Order: sequence, then structure tokens, then C-alpha cells
Amino acid sequence: MYAALWRVLPGPVWAKAVQCLVLVVLVVAVLFQWVFPAVADLVPFNDNTVG
Amino acid sequence: MIRRLVGGLGELLITAGVLVLLFVAWQLWWTDVVADRNQEQIVQALSEDFLNGRDGTVGSDAFPDLGQDRAFAIIRVPRFGVDFARPVIEGTGRPVLALGVGHYDGTAEPGAVGNFAVAGHRTTYGKPFHTIETLRAGDRVIVETKPTVFVYEVTSHEIVRPWQTEVIAPVPDEPGTAPTERLLTMTSCHPKYSATYRYVTHGRLVKSIPRAQWRLADWSTVKG
Repeated sequence: MYAALWRVLPGPVWAKAVQCLVLVVLVVAVLFQWVFPAVADLVPFNDNTVG
Repeated sequence: MIRRLVGGLGELLITAGVLVLLFVAWQLWWTDVVADRNQEQIVQALSEDFLNGRDGTVGSDAFPDLGQDRAFAIIRVPRFGVDFARPVIEGTGRPVLALGVGHYDGTAEPGAVGNFAVAGHRTTYGKPFHTIETLRAGDRVIVETKPTVFVYEVTSHEIVRPWQTEVIAPVPDEPGTAPTERLLTMTSCHPKYSATYRYVTHGRLVKSIPRAQWRLADWSTVKG
């Protein structure tokens, strides 16, 4: 999976590395901004109210 | 073929592990970063409104994340730190508790006869009540609204199960009894990083101070 990604990315090694880094940052941003907040609503350990 | 399958499976498993670790980092660290910043901004907006604003509340016009909910008070607990100040927002839904301390619907207003009951995170989302277990009888809890600042004094605490709503009754633990005292109740989860129990701290009003006579420096010590 990751090997295939590495082959598909264009340019020399340093350019591939930079693109990978950008992709990682993008994925983490999407996770932090949208995915994790949605998941957090489903896990119970954040509750602190009675009722 | 088998080699590729096993290799692919390994990559998937490693990815899954990294995702879980990232989630933990987000929950334990990033929610605090975001919530601390937001809560500080809301306290700031409230403070300005208290001094020269309109109605002493802050809503989505000043802070879009609040949505339908309005912040209407600042809670200060000297035991949690001299600078400790968090917004108090109407309601106790999840979005509210990420932005401050939530005021239970239907419980008394600050300073009123009955039980002014609030909930706050023990961990994550700015963890306003992280050290709620350090509160001792006599500790001050200050609830600042635009017209009046209310100084409460901690009286007791109890550890209950999440369904024990009697702790926020007008007379705590005596649902149905008509209140005569002006009380405060703070709830948070217990133990830390768990939601098995609720840590509940009770207090009573000791002083109401009109805005004009309020000076934080006079009341910033842990005990009266």
C-alpha cells in the first residue's frame, strides 16, 4: 500500500518525501478537525453530568 | 502472493495502531489546546460585557461556536489557581462542556434560593474541574455575573453514580424538599479518565457583592 504510493508519487526521492509529509499533515488535519470530534461523541468516558 | 497479502495486512494493522495513538493524542492534548483558547476568549468577552456591555451574556454573535447557547457568568476557584476563570454557559450538552462549565437546565440561577448546579470536565476539553478533589470545606467559589458577584463556600463533597440526579436537587439529596438556602453544586467525572462515578462538590452562598463594589483582589485567597 505505502510502497505503491511511493512509486506513484512523481519526482526524485526528496520530492516524494515532501509530498508524503504534506499528505500526512493533511490526513492528521482532517482527523483532528472532523473525524475525531465525531468519534468522541460515541465514547462514554467524557461524561461528567448527572442524569 | 501470500507475502504481499501478509505485508498488506501488516501495513493495515500498523496504520490502525497509529490512528488509535493519534486519537489518544487528540483527546488528551489537542482538545485542551483548543478548549483553553476558546474558554479564555469567552471569559475575555464576558469580562468586557460585564464592564461596559449590554446584557451580561455572550452568544454566537461574539463567539460562533456557542451556537444557540449563551455564556452568562464567570466561575473563579482560587484553589484551582489565582487566574482560574472559566465561562458558565446555559445547558450541559457536549458542545457546551467543550466551551466552558455548563449550568444544568432548571436549576437555580447564581445567588438564588435553591441549587445553582454546574458540570465541568475533569479531563480533556480544557478540564476546568481537573482538581475538584482538592477543594476543602471553606474554599471559595466565585460566580461573577454582570449585576452581582456571588461568593460561595464549599461545604462538602460526595461521590455518586451518574444517575443520582438528587445531588442537583434544590436541596441536594432531598428531592421534593422546598429550598430555603442558596446553594451551589459542581459535578465532574470520577475517577479521572473514567465516567463510572461523579465527583460532586456542594457549597453555600456567603456573600453577594454588587458589581460596583466588586474587587477581585479582595476575594482571591483560597479561603475566606
